[in-house]
Amino acid sequence: MKPIATTRSTSGMPTGLLAIWWVVGSEIVIFGGLLGSYIMYRLSHDAWANQAANTNTALGTLNTFVLLTSSLFAVLAHRAAESGDGKKAARLLYYTIGGAVTFVCVKAFEWSTEIAHGYTITSNTFWSFYYTAAGIHALHVIAGAIIMAIVARDAAKNMELQRVELIGIYWHFVDIVWIFLFPLLYIAK
Amino acid sequence: MAESIPSDSPAVADDHHGHEEPSFWSKYVFSTDHKMIAMQYMFTGMAMAVIGGFMAYAFRMQLAFPGIEVPGFGIVTPANYNALVTNHGAIMIFWVAMPVLIAAFGNYLIPLMCGCDDMVFPKLNRLSYQIFLLSAVVLLSSFFVEGGGFGGAWTAYPPLSAKAEYSLTPLGSSIWLGAVALEFVAFLLGGINFITTAMNSRAPGMKLYDIPIVIWMIVIASILFLVSVGPLIAGAIMLLFDQQLGTAFFDPARGGDPVLWQHLFWFFGHPEVYVVLLPALGITAEIITVFARKKLFGYKTVLHTTIATGVLSFTVWAHHQFISGVDPRMAHVFTLTTLLISVPIAEMMFVYIATLYGGSIRLTTPMLWGLSFIAEFLIGGVTGIFLGASGADIYFHDTYFVLAHFHYTFFPIAIIGTFAGLTFWFPKMFGRMMNDRLGKIHFWGTIIPFNFIFIPLFVLGMGGQHRRIFDYSYFPELSMPWMQDIRVLATSSLLIMLGFQVVFFYNFIVSLRSGEKASKNPWKSNTLEWTADSPPPHGNWKELPTVYRGPYEYSVPGRDEDYWPQDQPN
Repeated sequence: MKPIATTRSTSGMPTGLLAIWWVVGSEIVIFGGLLGSYIMYRLSHDAWANQAANTNTALGTLNTFVLLTSSLFAVLAHRAAESGDGKKAARLLYYTIGGAVTFVCVKAFEWSTEIAHGYTITSNTFWSFYYTAAGIHALHVIAGAIIMAIVARDAAKNMELQRVELIGIYWHFVDIVWIFLFPLLYIAK
Repeated sequence: MAESIPSDSPAVADDHHGHEEPSFWSKYVFSTDHKMIAMQYMFTGMAMAVIGGFMAYAFRMQLAFPGIEVPGFGIVTPANYNALVTNHGAIMIFWVAMPVLIAAFGNYLIPLMCGCDDMVFPKLNRLSYQIFLLSAVVLLSSFFVEGGGFGGAWTAYPPLSAKAEYSLTPLGSSIWLGAVALEFVAFLLGGINFITTAMNSRAPGMKLYDIPIVIWMIVIASILFLVSVGPLIAGAIMLLFDQQLGTAFFDPARGGDPVLWQHLFWFFGHPEVYVVLLPALGITAEIITVFARKKLFGYKTVLHTTIATGVLSFTVWAHHQFISGVDPRMAHVFTLTTLLISVPIAEMMFVYIATLYGGSIRLTTPMLWGLSFIAEFLIGGVTGIFLGASGADIYFHDTYFVLAHFHYTFFPIAIIGTFAGLTFWFPKMFGRMMNDRLGKIHFWGTIIPFNFIFIPLFVLGMGGQHRRIFDYSYFPELSMPWMQDIRVLATSSLLIMLGFQVVFFYNFIVSLRSGEKASKNPWKSNTLEWTADSPPPHGNWKELPTVYRGPYEYSVPGRDEDYWPQDQPN
């Protein structure tokens, strides 16, 4: 049983929704600081283009496609939850988790090939940024997938359906971070 | 409209509003009650303040009497000295000012002043404290690892902080960084809770301009923290990788840039000043209105000024870097913004003085603390103008002038603000009154020595005394007899001030056990927390209050009483 405080909605916005937007706000500045630093360095180090040429653009594109598709499932899950169909929402959330797992597997393959070719986190500052930024992002993917599994388990029993929207917002955020990372680390040569 | 908990509702069976007496563990250790979590933050912060104060004692003794065996500590080696000053700074800001001013007062006051029964996310709140406690333990453990505690100053500038061969603390610096990161996580969780509670769980009838100023200040401070800390979290990860994995984000020899850390650090570090300042300003506002029996002068002005300060605080960070090689043209810009931010703060000071003007002032202990906050912080603010001007700062940078300046800001914030709030809300928190005579002895015994510590340090700073020097006898121009005399004066004043804290702890414990029983509203205040029992039970009220007016309706003409509680219909 929750305190009365949790059930109030003075601002007119549900409490969970309000809180998740503040979470996203605090995350934006974390990635903002990291990517801002990267961009500042990149602008003063033209030679990084040669390093960036060694990233695997094809696999990066594949991962972009995988993440965007998983976000579509998150939206459909939200729609199902809105109409009260918890079972369908849970199934769609499991598809989203499938996207997260695919993303991490592709990433693992990518990184192991790159490390095998001698591009490690200490090779130079480009690769340091590459592994740090993509690594922190991957941690967000993994954390999001775990939370989504918990939400999906409850949703299948038609419990806490409002959480489907909340994890969806978080998932879109993770997706958008990748939309910034992908051109910065893979395309800009 | 008032919500109440029907006695036959399932809520009664639940542990939150249960009637059964909870066990010791669930009542004191794993409680989700906002008041208990506030107390946990408060007492942890106080314990850390004692540790931080002890560190100051040890290194001040070394500075006044170089090489002596400090009683209770022993010989202070150069490595000890560095670890002590570094952790004194970090502890006093991250483990004293933030937990006490934001987390303890925020947790205690937000639900009570907004008229609800708890925080919106009680379990998240408990998790926030547990992570905070873990961070404190991790920090203190760094003193016991090989190489000792981190000694690269609380700002942790690389390359000193990044390379073990410079800092000589291979483990200590990473543990320190980990502790700071954990502390940030704790305050992010807490901050989201504070903001959401104040936005969404206010009592029926409490409109935006009916919220007490201290709640506004804590919420705005939480937002500032949330928006500013991200880049430093990213920076901390990069620094940790530099320390442990051998990356070169901040290593100029391998393509990195140490100044980047300074940007990331101060982009957080300067808003952080306002993160802790605002709650202290808010506490002062509550106290001076109650004890001047007057309406706060310009409620909306104060609020808009606070928001302006918050926005401006993101534009001043590079004033810490005037001698780090930033472009002099940029230095002009940051000088301008820095001088600009003194305008809203000065305005706030004038508003407080205008509130006092013509009031019927009662010089109780909390009021003395509140008034001294205004007076002492003013000195901190005015000396900041010298340092904000890049031309003057080139000479003052890294001298004791800077040190005295920020102690004139942080001491009023962290110490005076805390004592003001604690003596004011003590009757509500513990249901008993504090002894006023002992309170005043403690007040004067703290304030007078405080000025005798730091005014002399301004003089030393203007005499060119550089910071972070272990033993000035190696520098003939800095160890002239008059300089050493001033150091002894400052250290003796510190000893006196620390001695007077015993009066506080004595008063605290004796009042807690056998102080006069406090009524619901001993100060005749308007805000909602004074309509609950002292101390408030679980759930705070039997029937949650409804709000009819703003919080500062004192001495309203035509009323019999000189106060008008927010929950009274007329």
